[in-house]
Amino acid sequence: MQQVEAATTVLNQPDGAVTIRISKLERVFQTRQDSVQALRDLNLTIGRGEFCCIVGPSGCGKTTLLRILAGLDTHTSGRLELYQHDTSKPLTGMVFQEQSVFPWMTVRDNIAYGLCMRGVARPIWEPIVDYYIDRVGLRKFADAYPFQLSGGMKQRVSVARAFANDPEVLLMDEPFANLDEQNRILLQEELLRIWEESRKTVVFITHSIDEALVLGDRVVVMTAHPGTVKAERSIDFPRPRDVYELKASPAFGEMAFDVWSQLRDEVLKSKEEEVQ
Amino acid sequence: MTVHQSTIAAPAGFAAVQVREGSDTAQHPIFNVRTLERVLMLTSPFALVALWELLVRASVLDARFFPAPSSIVGTFANLIASGELAKHTGTSLSRAAWGFGIGFFPALILGITMGLQPLVRAAMQPIVGATYPIPKVAILPLVMLIFGLGEQSKWAIIAIGVFFQVLISTAAGVANIDRIYLDVGKTFGASRLNIYRTVALPGALPVIFAGIRLGWGVALLLLVAAELVAAKSGLGYLIWNSWQTFAVEEMYVGLVTVAFLGFVSFVLLDILESRLIPWKPRRQ
Repeated sequence: MQQVEAATTVLNQPDGAVTIRISKLERVFQTRQDSVQALRDLNLTIGRGEFCCIVGPSGCGKTTLLRILAGLDTHTSGRLELYQHDTSKPLTGMVFQEQSVFPWMTVRDNIAYGLCMRGVARPIWEPIVDYYIDRVGLRKFADAYPFQLSGGMKQRVSVARAFANDPEVLLMDEPFANLDEQNRILLQEELLRIWEESRKTVVFITHSIDEALVLGDRVVVMTAHPGTVKAERSIDFPRPRDVYELKASPAFGEMAFDVWSQLRDEVLKSKEEEVQ
Repeated sequence: MTVHQSTIAAPAGFAAVQVREGSDTAQHPIFNVRTLERVLMLTSPFALVALWELLVRASVLDARFFPAPSSIVGTFANLIASGELAKHTGTSLSRAAWGFGIGFFPALILGITMGLQPLVRAAMQPIVGATYPIPKVAILPLVMLIFGLGEQSKWAIIAIGVFFQVLISTAAGVANIDRIYLDVGKTFGASRLNIYRTVALPGALPVIFAGIRLGWGVALLLLVAAELVAAKSGLGYLIWNSWQTFAVEEMYVGLVTVAFLGFVSFVLLDILESRLIPWKPRRQ
């Protein structure tokens, strides 16, 4: 396990191009009494086409980092470089943890949302949207409203909505955390299949080591609050991956134990803080 | 619902065995509670009218103040035949509609802005808070002073009443939209106008609709109040004029018509709501 030093990390990336470079990133939340440091001296470089999973204890600032990358929040110091390879595409797209599919739009309109907001004409977006409706197996529900869907189906819509908009970087904030085990595995497999087609750069946040290892090219372990990068590992399991088969392999178990040994102290630290 | 319960001989080692058989009387298709509820809802108004008629005929109720429903029906027919009722109803509805429209649209736009922009909300909240509790009927004389005795003063007073109801519900509805939907709009690069159109408005629509209901109720109330004071036509005028000429049957015709208008408009609002908000899960 190498200790990460600034932005000089060796990357596991297909074509050597960088998409995101984060240097000395800090985020301080100012409250009336005092200030809370959410992120401290965070350095991370993510390559183009890389599926990068970030694991960390709850409250370590993972979501803050993702919101900064999405442009929903700003950092208080440090530098963030986002390299855009095609300016006709949106830079980032996000899949949220909680229910984020618009209840007032049908499945089709939800998936078309990003394209419509970009002013793409209906004859152009329609086949794209239809493709992703099929891809996530919601053909029968294309004109249904979200209240008619199960939790897993709603998250499929959310994933399809992000992919249909075709962003340069896909940001995913624990998108499957609220699903039951069986649905989670199905959605992980679907995500892998869709991702294989486009090989977008993905930053995937999760608290599950298994999920990170199943999906990612690299797993980054964050420290307890204030969050920074503690360690990272390349994940070299061959693709395409079968989620269940992979999980059953001895190499997977070893890797999971290795990552857990890095994460364990941080989880304990964050527990201690909770008690205080 | 009855459960057929019986006991059979207990095998060795057990004290007793309870047996429960399924039974098709658990769900009776005709005489269940819901059918009874529906029957009661349909018949209770008729029962009340019949009781009224009976009490007047038995001279328990004073026919001068509570004329028998049968005599009101006659007056009703006369007023319909002469076209007078249609004229008054038409005038009143037109006033209510104008007033509602004038009050509704500015309230909708300002309400959404207040819900989305904390600075606008901070500036507007004390003003709204201070003016909202004033009973609208109390400012009717001022409104008539400003707008005269014609149609404009009726539109104005109704518009003011509707404005506050819709403004408050819309602002609350938008402010309470789950933040995540606004974040989704932002991450997909929605412009401010598109955030209004695709997130704030539909997200707040169920609450806005509650405001529309309240606003329409206020509109009917202020309509009649304004017509009682200064009008030469309309249902409020019909009621007031009947009092002055002691035509009690005609007064009841006015009252029943107002009640009927209220009832029908709320049924129409229900239909409109289910059309406008198809995403709302409904009880069957």
